[in-house]
Amino acid sequence: MGLLLPRLSKDPRAAWIAAFFLAATLMALPWVAGHFGNAWIRVLAFACLYVMLALGLNIVVGFAGLLDLGYIAFYAVGAYMYALLASPHLTQQFAWIAQMFPDGLHLSIWLVVPFGAAIAAFFGIVLGAPVLKLRGDYLAIVTLGFGEIIRIFINNLNSPLNITNGPQGITLIDPIKIAGVTFSKTINFFGYEVSSLVLYYYLFLGLTIITVVICMRLQNSRLGRAWMAIREDEIAAKAMGINVRNVKLLAFALGATFGGVAGAMFASFQQFVSPESFVLNESIIVLAMVVLGGIGHIPGVIVGAILLAVLPEVLRYTVEPTQMFLFGTVILPAEILRMLLYGLAMVVIMLYRPRGLWPAPEHGVNPVVQLHSRLVA
Amino acid sequence: MTDLVLKVSGVNKRFGGLQALSDVGIEIQRGQIYGLIGPNGAGKTTFFNVVTGLYAPDSGTFELAGAPYSPSDVHRVAAAGIARTFQNIRLFPDMTAMENVMVGRHVRTKATALGAILRTRATVAEERAIRQRSLELLEYVGVTKYADYQARTLAYGDQRRLEIARALATDPKLLALDEPAAGMNATEKLALRALLEAICRDGVTILLIEHDVKLVMGLCDQVTVLDYGKAIAVGTPGDVQRSPAVIEAYLGAAHTNVATKASA
Repeated sequence: MGLLLPRLSKDPRAAWIAAFFLAATLMALPWVAGHFGNAWIRVLAFACLYVMLALGLNIVVGFAGLLDLGYIAFYAVGAYMYALLASPHLTQQFAWIAQMFPDGLHLSIWLVVPFGAAIAAFFGIVLGAPVLKLRGDYLAIVTLGFGEIIRIFINNLNSPLNITNGPQGITLIDPIKIAGVTFSKTINFFGYEVSSLVLYYYLFLGLTIITVVICMRLQNSRLGRAWMAIREDEIAAKAMGINVRNVKLLAFALGATFGGVAGAMFASFQQFVSPESFVLNESIIVLAMVVLGGIGHIPGVIVGAILLAVLPEVLRYTVEPTQMFLFGTVILPAEILRMLLYGLAMVVIMLYRPRGLWPAPEHGVNPVVQLHSRLVA
Repeated sequence: MTDLVLKVSGVNKRFGGLQALSDVGIEIQRGQIYGLIGPNGAGKTTFFNVVTGLYAPDSGTFELAGAPYSPSDVHRVAAAGIARTFQNIRLFPDMTAMENVMVGRHVRTKATALGAILRTRATVAEERAIRQRSLELLEYVGVTKYADYQARTLAYGDQRRLEIARALATDPKLLALDEPAAGMNATEKLALRALLEAICRDGVTILLIEHDVKLVMGLCDQVTVLDYGKAIAVGTPGDVQRSPAVIEAYLGAAHTNVATKASA
């Protein structure tokens, strides 16, 4: 595929045909997956959410070179924002809110997406501002702390005022509703039964495609180049007139945006959120997707996210039946095997493909050309 | 006197117990190639870093083309019109040569994140202009054929040239070069000299720190010699060469008489 891409970019017609087939495949995917059980459509929907998360983190880590180990906090902020504004929780807890919204709080999706983006961006800046001068390990430690702070806050904000309902989480969250279509029910579309899961998949797919387009446009822009410049050499970037402070804050804010939107989608999809979904491990998995796929390279990051989102599920459904078939008993539970394979995959990748599975292409001067140019000069 | 590009005076800079610069000043006329020389540790790079905003001075007044500027923020200095290169090349190694120069256009362009996401007409036009100008600059310094190669893979001399192209991309009033000839062989030095002369002819004033006395003497219109953080001589290369203070700084006191006799 990597070999195909340059040819596609030169021939617009071939590119359109390829895009058409890709779109058709992505549209047909849930129908194929549905034959193996609804759980697989769920896996696909989650893969889309993870692609969004990984691409958002890629802005911070891949483009701007700022190691962020607390990225899942923005996902949590988005999820809780939606959970609070589209569930009976707040109206039950606070009489004055119930008075203000007699029909209950039900936020429309046209507000959810920009709201989730804005609030996460705000938190991105809250995190970014104090860590502007930090780099590498130190930055990683502070962002890790930030991620945990958000989670612990959510876990404990159930007293004295019950805002987040603590470890029990928030239930009865509204499903997404677009133009009168409620996403939690099966709808009839010209005689086809389209299930709730498929609807969500299409919604997430749409948002993922928007995310990809935004990321690609940002990468090839004045701002994208400024991010890469501070990643490569901060002092030289300053000397070129780049306002490093603003550019870094923009990276944190824009990266967080995608986390926030993905979080809001997650809350509506699950119709339940609790602090357990936003543990450190999740931050690390999203970072692993970015690193494993090819840090800073959008197609690589997408591949990394899909692999790490889908493979564990494949294992879950194949490992135990296989062992039952071979040995008559389950020797290694899928969960343990998953962690083992995870570790093994990481070690192998770091050893043999340290720049990721699908890294940005190298454009080096051929040593022979270099020598030639020196002799001629 | 009205056509001064850079007017700096009364610069003091102290590092702990070391007075790195004491009351140093410099006046550069438009269109000059101005040399800053001195023995090792004389304070050349310190002065250079103060002028370009990398170090905060303890005191001093700074004027660029008649307008005062404050060298407290590096990126503001670049915006004001001083572009610099570094003694040990600081390119963006994993970006292509073209992208390196395009980063230089950052400070003279204004596309926002939103403009880039929505691909507004203004952003697209600006992006095209950035590309166009960057290509011209690559051509100007002579590394066009490496436009799509990553900067770190370029030959040493080409990296130096690329760094100059990147600095020129900021449309500087003053191009400040920190030892551009360091580590170059004789051929590369000749090519560099031709390039600097061309840049000067095209109307960019140059401030040059250099160890290679031959290059400085041949190239510069005006020279300041620093020693122990003080300006010990100012003048044309010829004048400076005959100054006893300079000879003493370079060769030691005992040689002063010999050297003046020899040059006389």
